[in-house]
Amino acid sequence: MILFPYVLFILLLPFETPKLVVLFASFFLGLTIDMFYDTAGMHAAVCTLIGFLRYYILKLLSPREGYESGLIPNVDSMGPVWFITYSALIIFIHHLIFFYLEIFRFNEFFTTLLRVILSTIGTFCFVYVVQFLFYKTDKNK
Amino acid sequence: MKNLLNFLYKNNFFFVFLFLEIICGFILIKNNGFQGSSLLNSSNKVSANIYKIEASAKEYLLLKDENERLAKMNAFLLNRIKLGYAAIPLKIYKKNDTLYKQEYEFMNGKAINSSVNKRSNYLTLNIGAQQGVSRDMAVITSDGIIGIVKDVSENFSSAMSILHKDVRVNCQLKKDGTYGPLIWDGSDYRFSNLTDIPTHAKIKKGDTVITSSLSGIFPEGILVGFVDSFEQRPNESFYTVKVKLSADFKKVNHVSVIKYNYKTERDSLEIKSQVQSDK
Repeated sequence: MILFPYVLFILLLPFETPKLVVLFASFFLGLTIDMFYDTAGMHAAVCTLIGFLRYYILKLLSPREGYESGLIPNVDSMGPVWFITYSALIIFIHHLIFFYLEIFRFNEFFTTLLRVILSTIGTFCFVYVVQFLFYKTDKNK
Repeated sequence: MKNLLNFLYKNNFFFVFLFLEIICGFILIKNNGFQGSSLLNSSNKVSANIYKIEASAKEYLLLKDENERLAKMNAFLLNRIKLGYAAIPLKIYKKNDTLYKQEYEFMNGKAINSSVNKRSNYLTLNIGAQQGVSRDMAVITSDGIIGIVKDVSENFSSAMSILHKDVRVNCQLKKDGTYGPLIWDGSDYRFSNLTDIPTHAKIKKGDTVITSSLSGIFPEGILVGFVDSFEQRPNESFYTVKVKLSADFKKVNHVSVIKYNYKTERDSLEIKSQVQSDK
């Protein structure tokens, strides 16, 4: 099991961030990660994909009256159900593509799938707990 | 033309995405090729220096274990030298001997970053081209083999651990010399698999596995590990042997990088004869 909590950065960009900015931000985030993990290009490719898909996932999950302005997609502003769907979906896609890209063959299909699922759960728990560390105070104001 | 530009502009989000992905693809392919670019891996200046700081902090905590191991290694080495010879205070140890030629040179280094939990694991070492490291050199610790150098920068190098999906090291059983490639299946960092050991080899639990000189990278006889279990592959007359690795990959710190002095000569000879027979 290996965690990639940096996905949190892409997850928590405000709703109104221009989509191109999201795309470039995720691309450079990925490149930086690559420099440290010795995975040239892999994280960058996956992050860019996530940055791209985030726009459509947000669109898909948007409430009827649209998103309120000035909000960040976290548990406090959107509620736990919405956040779990949103982050679990993105984290799962990220891990799925990343692990298969890393191994680049299908003959260890189920071992890799197990790695994907365990890591998704791990990263997701981390992402969810971090919410309570940093964003709880906003509610009391 | 105007329509095309219009179309591009309308879908700019998608095309920018495509463009970035193509860049990623190029980086990926270029780095997988024979000539890896060292700009984007952990042997570059920025990340290597950060790893160096991290490692120096960690090293302090592991001092006790490391001292013990070095003391053991010292005792072992002291037993092998004749009394009266002093250690040569150089980074690379060389001697001029008229009876024996020195085939392998050992360099001291330190692993400043390593991992075990990925499918392809790497180590970053704090010695590089200036200290004489180059591609395809062997990396070992006093406990056993660790990996093979992949990329080198001025003062750092990045090595593929033997816990890597593409690394195959030729190993043999110490007692009768039966050899086969050591391949990691990605499940447990303490074990690796020695495949293609013929079933007529008399193998039993606890047998010592060492490197063979076939690889052209490792000197013969470096400890790899011990046989943990083995099973015959269905419908084949080969064993797959599970080897308990002797080096603790979670605690890699001081390493030796081994330079094979006759590598170019051997490689060019082997390639030459292969090319001739292909014709």
